[in-house]
Amino acid sequence: MAINERLSGNEAVAYAIRQINPDVMPAFPITPSTEIPQLVANYIANGQMDTEFIPVESEHSSMSAAMGASAAGARALTATSSCGLAYMWELLYVAASDRLPIALALVNRALTGPININCDHSDSMGAKDAGWLQIYSESNQEAYDNFIMAYRIAEHKDVRLPIMICQDGFITSHALTNIQLIEDDLVKKFVGEYKPENFLLNSECPMSVGPYAVSNYYMESHKAQVAAMENSKQVILDVADEFYKMTGRRYGFFEEYRMDDAEAAIVIMGSAAGTTKDAVDELREQGIKAGMIKLRVFRPFPAEEICKALSHLKAVAILDRSETFSTQGGPVASEICAAMYRSNLNVKSASYIYGLGGRDYRVSDAINVYNELFDYINNGKELVDFNYIGLRSRED
Amino acid sequence: MALTEIRWHGRGGQGAKTAALLLADVCFKNDKYVQGFPEYGPERMGAPITAYNRISDRELRVHSNIYEPDFVVVVDETLLEATDVTEGLNPEGAIVINTTKSADEVKTHLRGYQGKVFTLDARRISVEALGKYFPNSPMLAAIVAVSGVIDRDTFLSQMRDSYRNKFAKKPEVIDGNMKALTVAYDEIAAQINKGDVCNG
Amino acid sequence: MANKIPTDISKITESSPWQDLTPGNHVYGAATSVAVMTGEWRTITPYIDFDKCKQCLLCTPVCPDSCIPVSEGKRLEFDYDHCKGCGICAKVCPFGAIIMK
Repeated sequence: MAINERLSGNEAVAYAIRQINPDVMPAFPITPSTEIPQLVANYIANGQMDTEFIPVESEHSSMSAAMGASAAGARALTATSSCGLAYMWELLYVAASDRLPIALALVNRALTGPININCDHSDSMGAKDAGWLQIYSESNQEAYDNFIMAYRIAEHKDVRLPIMICQDGFITSHALTNIQLIEDDLVKKFVGEYKPENFLLNSECPMSVGPYAVSNYYMESHKAQVAAMENSKQVILDVADEFYKMTGRRYGFFEEYRMDDAEAAIVIMGSAAGTTKDAVDELREQGIKAGMIKLRVFRPFPAEEICKALSHLKAVAILDRSETFSTQGGPVASEICAAMYRSNLNVKSASYIYGLGGRDYRVSDAINVYNELFDYINNGKELVDFNYIGLRSRED
Repeated sequence: MALTEIRWHGRGGQGAKTAALLLADVCFKNDKYVQGFPEYGPERMGAPITAYNRISDRELRVHSNIYEPDFVVVVDETLLEATDVTEGLNPEGAIVINTTKSADEVKTHLRGYQGKVFTLDARRISVEALGKYFPNSPMLAAIVAVSGVIDRDTFLSQMRDSYRNKFAKKPEVIDGNMKALTVAYDEIAAQINKGDVCNG
Repeated sequence: MANKIPTDISKITESSPWQDLTPGNHVYGAATSVAVMTGEWRTITPYIDFDKCKQCLLCTPVCPDSCIPVSEGKRLEFDYDHCKGCGICAKVCPFGAIIMK
């Protein structure tokens, strides 16, 4: 029986951490993720969990300490946002190449410049090529569910990669809303004990972690990481399947919303997907065949599966909550266009940047995008390649 | 009532965000789908802040701010000058303002709003009940009375439960808070019953 | 169940395919450097004249590669599989018992 509760996104993730009761959590506070280590520290102080909490002096240290703990054989995690993730930069790559299954609760916030504390995906998108698994959450519920699934994926022997569970800063992290929690014992059973095959503190077989790799080993080492990413796809689906059996909540690489007979769709990640669903429903009531794909797993990138889901469309808008400054649109749009090229799929597509630095994304914004897609489909009006949603411009 | 959307205007430190979360909390206990969230920025004590509630019988998926609220709560009347508090406000809805003035007196600040206007002297209620000025409790009761999202007795009994948890270590403040809620609710209810409501 | 099998790093070479590397290039087991024959790097070689050696054992602790084995209080012949020929032992020997050539 699920537990009906109401929690903010940060409270939900902290609750999941209490239920999992990992071994070590080093963390340094940064808005909007600060509440997560704060709440975990409270749980520990209240005797509700016995995780070793390490109040480090920086995010460089929090990731370093998490890596040390993980290499030693502990289940480790940390939480951060924005500049905090940036300060972990070099360690993110090392955690992945050392194949340490650390979990990171990322609360997405603009990677400042100009300074800003609100939500966008520029922090995690900057780390998209660091070798971490990345899963994005639409709601508090999904942030909680994704965190419960995180270690099962990361620690799987065919994967052994660090995992980032992302949720939208403030929009879900600080919003109180309904949530269905899973009982402690079920979570414990689902996540299980961490039993690494080998670890630094195993006195029966001492080991070395993180040796220098000369160029004759370096590429092979990277290829092995890619293979682990590839392996993670099946693991992600298997874990989601088991999670569905426990909770009735189904997850995959992405969610297809009213896509069966859709002619045009938005592809989007995070909390804005919920807002887009309301726009889809509104258009469907008018007989307009709109659909939506909410991308959940961004790393590994489910290229073939996405292309299959898009293949029957006449036009697609790919919405990104971060800029690449490449002059070629957002990162999700670039990945999908590349995937379509390799799949010999030529659905007319356009990149839309939205919600940077916390700019609100409304149902009406989504409807405007659909209107542009259907204007292209029905009236042959040009669909502009690269767009900004809600931008003030002299040209308007 | 499929969906009720409420917007709070307050100043940093007055508890508008807390009140929005409390309203979400109490509606959740009444089997509603709820959202309670503030609009975050570089807020300081005294700076204008906005918070929001969605209360619904159906699952809530929208994650944007609220632009066309059914109800607006103004926790500090000095905001009326600087902020367009009735922007987008449903003319079938209502606004409730913390002020010593009557609804007739404040309506000139409401930029032609055509809906119902309620006023409440939250300072007097708070000081009489608690000895201190915490406007958020009276205003919480006021918006519950105005919006009708929960009935009076359910609201009051659930708030008493909440306060018992929240103030477990200082139970002496529970009665004062309950008094502030009750007086505020009943004053607004009296305005509604008397039809003593200004249509702006 | 912990893995108690040390990595046989003599089997991981610069011609190993990527599938044969350990995950994260982890090296399981201790003292695996024994398998790496660094003696091959040597360009000059220390020789010990046991007639001059007083067994003071000053040479042993200064060897950076632990190539001067000691048994029952006496140093033995150099471990030429791992000695890189740095010459520190010859420098510290008070009796001129070690020469480099």
